[in-house]
Amino acid sequence: MISAGLNAAGIRADELRERSILAGLTSPSFVILGLLLFIPVGWLFWLSFIEQDVFTLENYARMVTEPAYRSIFMTTFQLSVLVTVLSVLLGYPVAYMIAMLPPRAASICLTLVLIPFWTALLVRTYAWLVLLQRRGVVNTLLMDWGIIEEPLQLVHNFTGTVIGMLHIMIPFLVLPLYANMRAIDRDYTRAAASLGASPPTAFWKVYLPLSIPGLAAGTVMVFIICLGFYITPQFLGGGRVTTLSMKIQQNVATYFNWGAASSLGVVLFVVTILIFWGFSRLFPLRRLTEVGGS
Amino acid sequence: MTTAGALPITVRGLERRYGRVAALDGVDLDVAQGEFLTLLGPSGSGKTTLLMIMAGFTRPDAGSVKFGGVEMVRTPPHKRNLGVVFQSYALFPHMDVAANVAFPLTLRGVSGAERERRVKTALDLVQLGDLGARRVDQLSGGQRQRVALARAIVFEPGILLMDEPLSALDKKLREQMQIELRHLHQRLGTTIIYVTHDQREALTMSDRIAVIDKGRIQQIDTPRVLYEAPNSHFVADFIGDSAFIPVTVSGGVARWRNEVLRLPRPSADGAYLLVLRPEKLLLGGGTDLNGIDAEVAEIVYQGDSVRIDVRLEGGDLVTLRELARAGRIAALPAEGSRIRLGLDPADTILVPAP
Amino acid sequence: MTEDFVPARSRLWLYALSGLVIAFLVVPVLIVIPLSFSSSTLLEFPPRAYSLRWYTALFGSIEWRDAAWMSLKVAVLTTIVATPVGTAAAYGLHLGGFRATGILRMLILAPLLVPVILTAVGIFYVYALLGLNNTLIGLVLAHTMLALPFVVVSISAGLRSYDMAQERVARSLGAPWLRACWSITLPQIRLPVLSGALLAFISSFDEVIVSFFISGGEYSTLPRRMFNALRDQIEPTIAAISTILVVLSVATVAALEMTRRPARRD
Repeated sequence: MISAGLNAAGIRADELRERSILAGLTSPSFVILGLLLFIPVGWLFWLSFIEQDVFTLENYARMVTEPAYRSIFMTTFQLSVLVTVLSVLLGYPVAYMIAMLPPRAASICLTLVLIPFWTALLVRTYAWLVLLQRRGVVNTLLMDWGIIEEPLQLVHNFTGTVIGMLHIMIPFLVLPLYANMRAIDRDYTRAAASLGASPPTAFWKVYLPLSIPGLAAGTVMVFIICLGFYITPQFLGGGRVTTLSMKIQQNVATYFNWGAASSLGVVLFVVTILIFWGFSRLFPLRRLTEVGGS
Repeated sequence: MTTAGALPITVRGLERRYGRVAALDGVDLDVAQGEFLTLLGPSGSGKTTLLMIMAGFTRPDAGSVKFGGVEMVRTPPHKRNLGVVFQSYALFPHMDVAANVAFPLTLRGVSGAERERRVKTALDLVQLGDLGARRVDQLSGGQRQRVALARAIVFEPGILLMDEPLSALDKKLREQMQIELRHLHQRLGTTIIYVTHDQREALTMSDRIAVIDKGRIQQIDTPRVLYEAPNSHFVADFIGDSAFIPVTVSGGVARWRNEVLRLPRPSADGAYLLVLRPEKLLLGGGTDLNGIDAEVAEIVYQGDSVRIDVRLEGGDLVTLRELARAGRIAALPAEGSRIRLGLDPADTILVPAP
Repeated sequence: MTEDFVPARSRLWLYALSGLVIAFLVVPVLIVIPLSFSSSTLLEFPPRAYSLRWYTALFGSIEWRDAAWMSLKVAVLTTIVATPVGTAAAYGLHLGGFRATGILRMLILAPLLVPVILTAVGIFYVYALLGLNNTLIGLVLAHTMLALPFVVVSISAGLRSYDMAQERVARSLGAPWLRACWSITLPQIRLPVLSGALLAFISSFDEVIVSFFISGGEYSTLPRRMFNALRDQIEPTIAAISTILVVLSVATVAALEMTRRPARRD
């Protein structure tokens, strides 16, 4: 209901001017995003439906018919699920421990988690190559200690890829989870104890549910990043592990097949959005602001 | 600072809507030069909205706000030359006390010795003379409040706006500050608009009180008139501690059940509520008093006074107070006994039935 | 640890497991350091002899030096652009009260949500049309876009714990809006701004996937060159550059911690 009272028109003009200034402050960021993200990605969407200047769905049809593509989807999915599950199993105890430690010890542990987090991806990939090679550190140590006789094939395969990706993903899970845990009011668990809950019961029925927002945020983030991950499968997979992102890169760099590349990209993107949207409906997703040094 | 620098305020037709809820529903207000006016009301009544509009932080949907006859409703806050004290004090933590207080002077181009002198004067006025070099986080709540005050008056604004400035302080400090603020007002003579939900605070400090509810001014009067002659059930209930019983007026007297109650001045016939204030009720009737029969339900000793709950015929519970003086305590009736409540006709207050 | 659900004996298992996981995270990062000082061309651990030859090779190599310098330039420029732009956006979103604020905040995170490979390919394509591939400005713009979420999120968090009433008071005391923002608000969100700038810098410096597509030749960034080196032949020069980058990340984490310390009131 627009007011027609005293000074109403003038006041509205003032309000508009103020809003415009604030919008003006906000817009450069969105201009950059528009020009460098939305338009390029949108263009790719468009390309996925074009083949030799003709609108077509053959890029998408190929994904369903060709077995090579199906195996790529399978691989990507399996890899992501496995890494996500392992990250949760290994990451939850770490987050929990840090949340329970006194401030100084917690701070040290967090720093230890953050250092690899902020170390360049390629450095970490290289480190794993060094560690997992046939004559790498792990194999050398195992053989020196007489545990094995032949070097294990730890890298240039699925195993190496999983290990490498775990290394990247665990901090992504630990950080939002830890932030959530730190904010859990101890009074809840004290109340549970006073009402007669044993420690395991209090954990499963009170603490764990309270940690779910952070856990959900971390899990979603890890899974989504895994789906689109490029570097680790490329370098630690030895050509035996082909993920969606790798196929996209191949299609562009080797085959210049924009249609094929972009259609894969669209699929990846749509799946990402669906998962994100699905999770945000199920769980109250904390802003992804918890990542980045918490 | 003299009263001549203080400005009158005129508010007309102020409207502010949030969605379908009217925070302010057509408010008119006149504040005299140098007056201490309190906006009193429950939370959500619109009192803070009104203050924020005067300060320029919230825009109304329509209306006029004039200071000293000059239209201000479209003027940005930094040009309104007002002092504002927020509930949270909002001191600048990255500056010390003196820098906080000097800030408005710096903005106005006052510098050097003149600025230092005025900062000192302001700090002396709020009794913080030697704390200029302290950092904000070294101050207590009461001290911070004073700094906020000093900062708001150092540039001698014609109007001072205060949004529940004492609500974060403990009871004793709050009451002490109320008196100090009143003295400060007398010294400075500025026009002050004060927002609170505490009726006692309002009664203590104000020249006039505007009782606000649901975005409208229900009644605006001096504390005494508001207390003794409320114009509605809401006002009578909000100010003071009262019980209400329904009465009918006809032929110039009020009737409750079988009792006939004389009125201080003639009222039109109709349905009303009788306002029963604890300090006005007397133990025992009299020929020149109005009277109501009651049974004593409970007597509670409360230190400075004794609270006596009585039950009227029909079940209504009414409270009265007796000051705890030796003779009166001994003469208190026993619980369960029947007594006659007395009420001076001059204290027989009626408000229209809602 | 005063109270939790893990009885003392199991607590040891918790420590052990968590300790192993943390070691799993940290050891690989540290392992490159001794390796970079090895005198051998073979990847062997522990190194049989130590030398600085790989560092000499690194600093002697024009390509590595150019790449490092390029990365530095890009990162600094990205920080210079992204920080004010992101800060302005965070401020505008905080005060704007737009109906679409929720959506806008989501959109700001888009660079993190869209798979990087997609972003990289898309930008590569558009840049190819515009001739922006292998240019400094192309790199800076792309990295700025990628850095914006970090900056905006960092400053939005800072604004949320800041009492806006201070800016209002400053304005009521006579400061025009801009002055109030500059003198009162900005100094107090100094740390979140610094933290955002730091994140922008490091995210640009380490950025590999987009750089892989849009930079090359004389405009190669450091990660781009590392990518090539890893793909083509593994030599311990990479260990040397990795060590330097590890030192960089340790410094970053330390700096981040410092921007957080005063804010924390334990």
